[in-house]
Amino acid sequence: MSTILRWLTGFGRFWYGFIVGDDWTVAATVAVALVVTWLLHAAAVTAWWLPPLAAVAAVGVSLRRMSLASTPS
Amino acid sequence: MSASSVFLTTCLAAAVEVIEMVIIVIGVGSVRGWRSTWLGAGGGLAILAVLVLALGTALTAVPIDALRLVVGSLLLVFGLQWLRKGIRRVSANGFRGMGERTASAAGIPGRGVDWTAFVLSFKGVLLEGLEIAFIVVSFGVTAQELPSAVLGAGAAFLVVASAGVLASGVVRRIPRSALQLLVGTLLSSFGTFWAVQGLGVSWPGSDGAIVALVGWYALAAAGYVGLLRRDARRLATLEVTG
Repeated sequence: MSTILRWLTGFGRFWYGFIVGDDWTVAATVAVALVVTWLLHAAAVTAWWLPPLAAVAAVGVSLRRMSLASTPS
Repeated sequence: MSASSVFLTTCLAAAVEVIEMVIIVIGVGSVRGWRSTWLGAGGGLAILAVLVLALGTALTAVPIDALRLVVGSLLLVFGLQWLRKGIRRVSANGFRGMGERTASAAGIPGRGVDWTAFVLSFKGVLLEGLEIAFIVVSFGVTAQELPSAVLGAGAAFLVVASAGVLASGVVRRIPRSALQLLVGTLLSSFGTFWAVQGLGVSWPGSDGAIVALVGWYALAAAGYVGLLRRDARRLATLEVTG
């Protein structure tokens, strides 16, 4: 039982680290951007530009937050 | 379509996919280590072989768009993690400031399988391999020249993979911080391309959009490195004057 539990915990931790990493907002932004892209595409609106734009913006916000957190007040 | 034109068309179309596959494998192997990367690539090829043998020309029934969306989204979110880390490291230490790091210090397990390298390599090889198989089946069956299509794809694989193995020696000499930034840029670009394609959205310029995406992420990374360096200089000036 404990071996299975340990394996499942490790499996979950691996995928959490793989997808979310140290900043969940980047993965969340990508997910939202892909959903919006799909909705726009379904409404016949050109939307290929949205995910790359959202990804770069999310990275910028994340870097800014990390930079502020490491700056001594 | 003659046998030679099927061979040439399949060879060129497959070469584009093999280049993408080789870039991912070499990039991941250079950053995370080769053993688990090769294991992942081998696993991807094994699953691909089973699918091809089991399904044959019915392979086109595999929901490739759903696969592109899942693999692309995962590559994108992971690629952005490496892009962020690469930007921070390059802005802090430059391209040569990382020094030698042990595997465990870099977050890579010293023993056993590095699942991150395995999964990245596995997904890249499986998805690209499936796309190559689709190209072979589409061209080969339509033109009733399946053997020529298989030979064309095989030739593309041999040529590009050999060039990749030769190029990996050069890649190994790139400083680790720069390599992480480079591979993060590439994974983010491929991830974005496949995820959007998986949604059924067409890219302007088809596969050529990947080059534009690489340029876009590289430009953004250069801009962020510049901003972080400017912030660091400003902070240093404040500390000196304060």
